[in-house]
Amino acid sequence: MKKLGITLSIIAFSLQLTAQETVLEKRDKTLPDMTVVDMDGNTINPSKVTNDGKPIIVNFWATWCAPCKRELSAINDLYQDWVDESGVKIIAVSIDDERTKSRVKPFVDGEGWEYDIWMDPNWDFKRAMGVNNPPFTFLLDGNGKIVYEHNNYSPGDENILHAKLLELVNEAKKEDPKK
Amino acid sequence: MKKLLVVATLLIFSTHLLFAQKDLGELSGNISSYFQYLRTDSTIGATQPPEKALINSFANINYRIRGFKAGVRVESYLPRIQGYPDRFDGTGLGYRYVGYSNDFVDVTLGNFYDQFGSGMLFRAWESNTLGYDNMMDGIRLAVHPYKGITIKGVYGNQRFAFQNGKVIKSDGITRGVDLDVNFKTIFPKLEKSKFSLSMGGSFVSKFQKADDPVLNLPQNVGAYGGRMRFGYSGFFIDGEYVIKENDPSSDNKYIYNKGKGVLLNMGYSMKGLGILFSAKSVDNMSFRSDRTKDLQDLYINYLPSLTKTHTYNLVATLYPYTTQPLGEVSFQGDVIYTIPKGSKLGGKYGTNIAVNFSTAYQPVHHTSGINQNDSSRVTYRAVPFDKSNLKFWQDFNIEITRKFNKTFKAKLCYYNIQLNNNIVEVSSTAHGIINSHIVVADLLFRINDKHSIRTELQGLFTKQDRGGWTTFVIEYTISPGWYISVMDQYNYGNPIKSDRTNYLYGSVGYIRGSSRISVSYGRQRAGLFCVGGICRYVPASNGLTISFTQSF
Repeated sequence: MKKLGITLSIIAFSLQLTAQETVLEKRDKTLPDMTVVDMDGNTINPSKVTNDGKPIIVNFWATWCAPCKRELSAINDLYQDWVDESGVKIIAVSIDDERTKSRVKPFVDGEGWEYDIWMDPNWDFKRAMGVNNPPFTFLLDGNGKIVYEHNNYSPGDENILHAKLLELVNEAKKEDPKK
Repeated sequence: MKKLLVVATLLIFSTHLLFAQKDLGELSGNISSYFQYLRTDSTIGATQPPEKALINSFANINYRIRGFKAGVRVESYLPRIQGYPDRFDGTGLGYRYVGYSNDFVDVTLGNFYDQFGSGMLFRAWESNTLGYDNMMDGIRLAVHPYKGITIKGVYGNQRFAFQNGKVIKSDGITRGVDLDVNFKTIFPKLEKSKFSLSMGGSFVSKFQKADDPVLNLPQNVGAYGGRMRFGYSGFFIDGEYVIKENDPSSDNKYIYNKGKGVLLNMGYSMKGLGILFSAKSVDNMSFRSDRTKDLQDLYINYLPSLTKTHTYNLVATLYPYTTQPLGEVSFQGDVIYTIPKGSKLGGKYGTNIAVNFSTAYQPVHHTSGINQNDSSRVTYRAVPFDKSNLKFWQDFNIEITRKFNKTFKAKLCYYNIQLNNNIVEVSSTAHGIINSHIVVADLLFRINDKHSIRTELQGLFTKQDRGGWTTFVIEYTISPGWYISVMDQYNYGNPIKSDRTNYLYGSVGYIRGSSRISVSYGRQRAGLFCVGGICRYVPASNGLTISFTQSF
């Protein structure tokens, strides 16, 4: 009995350790359960957004934010390649308020961007995500967990985001070699 | 020993279960801090405050678990940074809330922010860069009785100030209800069609006690309005019309006129082309929960200005415009076009052209047949979009962006800005329209995957105010971690030769993931600092600035 107890304790303790490892990894933050809208006024619950088990990039930007526009146009040149490699979906969250909100759709189309666009005019989603200032980028794995985040944009940052994306693809392959 | 082992095992198993279910909830938030050490610099009129050093800090923490949510913000101003409104002082809890949400209901008690429609009737919002916060303290309830339908109710007192670390609230109560209906979501047949249609309506009311010995002031003031948005493929049109019942206040000199606001947007876009036209007319629409307040205090609503938000230093900060809540008629047009890549004009990567025009005029006040001194105190009649010839503002600008190759990208811009200094006073020496021409060249050289240099050459030409300015910016970045930049502004055209000053300012920044630290030193020009439609005046300064932000 004593032995059994000790064994159980050891098993339980080791389980605990492995569980803690996953908890300690920065993989417990997801998109919040709330309401945002797209450019046509359709409501979306961020916590329920999926991409068939493929990664998602969420980027906070505004039409008045110069580095944001530089970042999203740099990524736009590479977007098709990224989609081919990883199936990634990019959601660009505009924090333009009422003053510049109506410019978002003409701007996005004029630039020829093919991102999903969400609107956050009163910064509720921005606040819920803990974002200070745009540009701010989150990378989510296939399960919707945030695995990487980055504030600011310097030319070349898109390469680091790309590398993180490839890491995710390789990880997914290891877990399920059939993919 | 045996018992101990069993207990330990149980404990470990139960905590393991907790971990395995990940039922610890989720935390998110951010911390930021902004520190200044200031020196006296008589050349630019900068003074050293008695404390010598100033600091603003905030920490936002949000927690959520299984539909439950709660959050706080700790704020600290020891004392507030230069130019920040005097509504911020001390350390304490500035914001706290609890709430619950599921697919049907979303309820918040305590502090909250929200907006109805375009915000012309109700908008509670904050910007810590501006020092603006008119959050509500009370209850917010939103229900979704059917998919595509949202009914919201808000009830509370607004934040007026933060003194000695405590929030001071408005005496007046603000309450409102809003209905939003999205037909595309309601009717599944429409889901795949190119049509979209949504409608909404709001009612907002404020209560403030009145005991004026002379005027019979309304204690309750209601405001209401409706909105609609229609889209078909690349075309959309949306609009909102709002009316405010008589609301005598110090803003409108205690007249009993109703207030009116109209906002219209129309756009068409397809890949490579975007066109937008907007029009707005406001009359007597200053709406505050305290009739005696002014400046940016206790606004219930938000009146967006129809102007492009500029980013280049000389364009954004010298002559900015904000909506005149007592009355204005304004228009704006935008065309954004990308000359296709591969074409002769477009080059290998395409060339982007953005043209924007905006203007604002004083509305006409019809006074014929109205007795200015009768007891009704309705002093004029106004018709939406009935404008006079008195120009408040005009802006024409064109921005051309072209990527030449993998290493070089250029943006060339021209702006003509006309601001009526009698209406929006930015200069003590100028009269009437200040007419300025600004040119900007923004050049980006990518040395390799990580290193790049960006420069901005800006020139402003005007015969009024303080004459011409130049700004030169050079920024070196090493992705993803470092940036270093130097900026010099020079008032070369100042009519007073001894005031032709250089403002030199340098910054170094380090970014790692969601952390960011920057250190800056130098002179900053006095001027207006604007975000959204609101500006604050920042006095000239000379000194050291350290800022830190962290998200989690």
